[in-house]
Amino acid sequence: RLRFQVSAALREGRVTPTELCQRCLSLIKSTKFLNAYITVAEEAALKQADESEKRYRRGQPLSVLDGIPVAVKDNFNTAGIETTCASNMLKGYISPYNATVVQKLLDWGAVLLGKTNLDEFAMGSGSTDGVFGPVRNPWSYSRQYKEKSVPKFHSEDTEANWVITGGSSGGSAAAVSSFTCFAALGSDTGGSTRNPAAHCGVVGLKPTYGLISRHGLIPLVNSMDVPGILTRCVDDAAVVLGSLAGHDPKDSTTIQDNFKPFELPNLTDVSKLSIGIPKEYHAPGLSSEILSLWSKAADLFKNAGAKVIEVSLPHTCYSIVCYHVLCTAEVASNMARFDGLEYGHRSDMNKSTESMYAATRREGFNDVVRGRILSGNYFLLKQNYENYFVKAQKVRRLIANDFVKVFRSGVDLLLTPTTLSDAVPYMEFIKEDNRTRSTQDDILTQAANMAGLPAINVPTALSERGLPVGLQFIGRAFQEKQLLTVAKWFEKQVKFPVIQLEEVKRHDHGVFQHQKSASFS
Amino acid sequence: LAPWVPVVGLEIHAQISSNSKLFSGSQVQFAAPPNSLVSFFDASLPGTLPVLNRRCVEAAVMTGLALNCSINKKSLFDRKHYFYADLPAGYQITQQRVPIAVNGSLSYSLCIDNKMSQMVTKTVRIKQIQLEQDSGKSLHDDTRSQTLVDLNRAGVGLMEVVMEPDMCCGEEAAAAVRELQLILQTLGSSQAVMAEGQLRVDANVSVHHPGEPYGVRTEVKNINSIRFLAKAVDYEIQRQIEELESGGTILNETRAFDSKLGCTVPMRDKEGKQDYRFMPEPNLPPLILYDAKSLPANMNHQQVVNIDWIHERLPDLPSVKRAKLVEQYGILPEHSFTLLNEDGLAEFFENVVKQTQMKPKKVIGWILKDLLSYLKQRSLTVKESPVSSLLLADLLNLLEKKEISSTAAKQVLAELWKGEGKTPLGIVKEKKLELMQDQKELEEICQAVIDSQENEVIMMVLG
Repeated sequence: RLRFQVSAALREGRVTPTELCQRCLSLIKSTKFLNAYITVAEEAALKQADESEKRYRRGQPLSVLDGIPVAVKDNFNTAGIETTCASNMLKGYISPYNATVVQKLLDWGAVLLGKTNLDEFAMGSGSTDGVFGPVRNPWSYSRQYKEKSVPKFHSEDTEANWVITGGSSGGSAAAVSSFTCFAALGSDTGGSTRNPAAHCGVVGLKPTYGLISRHGLIPLVNSMDVPGILTRCVDDAAVVLGSLAGHDPKDSTTIQDNFKPFELPNLTDVSKLSIGIPKEYHAPGLSSEILSLWSKAADLFKNAGAKVIEVSLPHTCYSIVCYHVLCTAEVASNMARFDGLEYGHRSDMNKSTESMYAATRREGFNDVVRGRILSGNYFLLKQNYENYFVKAQKVRRLIANDFVKVFRSGVDLLLTPTTLSDAVPYMEFIKEDNRTRSTQDDILTQAANMAGLPAINVPTALSERGLPVGLQFIGRAFQEKQLLTVAKWFEKQVKFPVIQLEEVKRHDHGVFQHQKSASFS
Repeated sequence: LAPWVPVVGLEIHAQISSNSKLFSGSQVQFAAPPNSLVSFFDASLPGTLPVLNRRCVEAAVMTGLALNCSINKKSLFDRKHYFYADLPAGYQITQQRVPIAVNGSLSYSLCIDNKMSQMVTKTVRIKQIQLEQDSGKSLHDDTRSQTLVDLNRAGVGLMEVVMEPDMCCGEEAAAAVRELQLILQTLGSSQAVMAEGQLRVDANVSVHHPGEPYGVRTEVKNINSIRFLAKAVDYEIQRQIEELESGGTILNETRAFDSKLGCTVPMRDKEGKQDYRFMPEPNLPPLILYDAKSLPANMNHQQVVNIDWIHERLPDLPSVKRAKLVEQYGILPEHSFTLLNEDGLAEFFENVVKQTQMKPKKVIGWILKDLLSYLKQRSLTVKESPVSSLLLADLLNLLEKKEISSTAAKQVLAELWKGEGKTPLGIVKEKKLELMQDQKELEEICQAVIDSQENEVIMMVLG
């Protein structure tokens, strides 16, 4: 696969880390219109590449990841590189420490190209609400999309018709999708890694809660956040997972058990598998296209000998409103630290501490963040706590139990759609507000966060409009190996097409793209 | 006029004696340069997470056991939200729902009538002990319209000990706190020095008529010593009684004790009727403690806190120490209180007893009357005493062997206090204080005196 091809190429000296890094940096410049990156750390990256090169020359690469260019969502702390969360509150904030996952990537030799764009503080499902502007889906510029667009396509039309990446890890998804890096970190609280992965045609893995350290990930909802992994193939996701997973003493919510990195077997026989199709995921608003794809995927498993059964997760319909209460409550709490005193934006208003706080927070946060803080504080008021927060926690338990019951009944994995439709044009997306969009878009991904379960988006086929559609597998807690093994098998069956991007072609020296293969649908 | 029943409860914050803070690795140290002991977590840098300090848990368990509490094998952490410059995260991590220890009791003693001759034992119920973070310090500079914030103290571990309103006056409150202080110092779980802010006491005070429901209570803060605690409580009780008797009402407010004026004043509404929006702390799993029964066989004992293991290693508490002193040395209970009340005095006493033939019952008088009064006059601690236990023992030996009179002994002691390095024997010789043993010599001296005072002798003989 791609990663191993590149790793092999590095090991064999067919390409050097510096060349690889330079090509990625150059491609980032050519695809600047995507607005996927907030900060490009060119100098630091080249230095890391240089050091990697020295290691390869000595025949001592640190790992498969040594010399591999990666990108990291801008809500992970990176020492010496600005961490903004796409917010005015943290513009110019240079963290003194690396998030654990960032440190691990660097320790394994990866080359950090830069920080990717997102919705402000990861609140949103479009990557459109950050202070640095929206991220554009690379597929907007693909030959596949342009060919399918009716009427005839002019370059001005792309300006008007470009589609969103989904969110909130849109920058990371776009970066991987457009070949400017080989892997990227996102975060996933309600679907923020899987949603943009589906829209951008890349693999998006949400690991089990507690498997990967959150130390250094600026939190949205502490009890649901996980670092997410975005790659162009499932094998690559497994490699990155192996380099990141495991107990971190700095994060008390990581499990203590020793994690053993695994290599994905090449599954050929799925007859022992039991795949569950949760009927509630046939959600209102699900496009007929995706419904049909989902059905075809189920048939694929059936025809290969797997047991495919309909299951029920009866509390699915409550997950969004439950999520809304718990998410806003935690947001209200987590954002309380942004007062302008110790770091970040500080207002000039200095009549009193209180007025300075208020002005700082009004200036630093966008409407989405402020709205969630206000809602969250409302739910946490003494008079409301039982009726909202505690109730939501109870409903959360019911949602989690739905999954427990289903997995206990013999089902190995669940197969569901990831999104309700393919990516919508930006102009259409912004017609509804952030809250409405999040409510709509999170519905298929959110419950996995409630239950802390691992889930993965696998790019499946192109839609009628020539845009990626993905399907989601949800697995048992800490059974990433099984989840990824089946995902890899599925990936092999569907043969999702490679994006045809002008810019990528120009930079391609046979390293980025492999043979284009027949698509699934 | 119907009698008033004052009701006093206490909330005591004891700073845990540990090398590092409750949830982070930065050091705990008094009077360090501002903002020199602040970790990323203490400064609330985004993305940092709390990691529980084991030593702080052990300190709380020890304290709970010493106060006869039930230790909760599962306790939880919560966030208490409010905005203030010395609270960087905008919330404090505390234990509101399920604290680490509950339902204990503390016995303390009071002298009746200030005579130290009769002591009465009282008990106050301990509602709970909870672990929580200390805040930083803010200093308001009104001349420059600025607030200076020092986060050295932010995140230091605290044990909040809540005493039920079983006390009735300043003296009881003071005695209870004093006993708690001794217990904490004996355990080593807190150094509990009020002057260094390691022990902070807030008093809840109300009054009511017997048979009627409790009155509205006020909270009194800013009490900096045990003496001031008694004063503040008594003042507040009096204030409330006067207020109610003149037809006024008591507001449920927070008041500060002004030590200069000796009264309580309403505090600027810092927190008011705030809703703290308590929420579980999502980054800390429930705190699970084990005992010998519940400890799984294969559990690494470094990874867990075992309540029974801690219980077995508790030192003798003050009440036990006092009882032992009384039993071992035959001193009065009141004496044992004074011995333990002064840091190092009990050891000093025991050292003297070891080194002298004088009976402990007699030694105690020298310790409590002579030595202690000298120390108090010069505001010295036992450690700073210029007279060591050895010196005092030597002196008492001279007295015991009847080589000097007790009057002479007091003179020698006065001389020893100068700390000039002389020995008791040396001083006795120098000042010729030896008791005369020679009968004949004594007769000659007496005769000489009588001879020189003829008139007085005649007067005496005539009656």
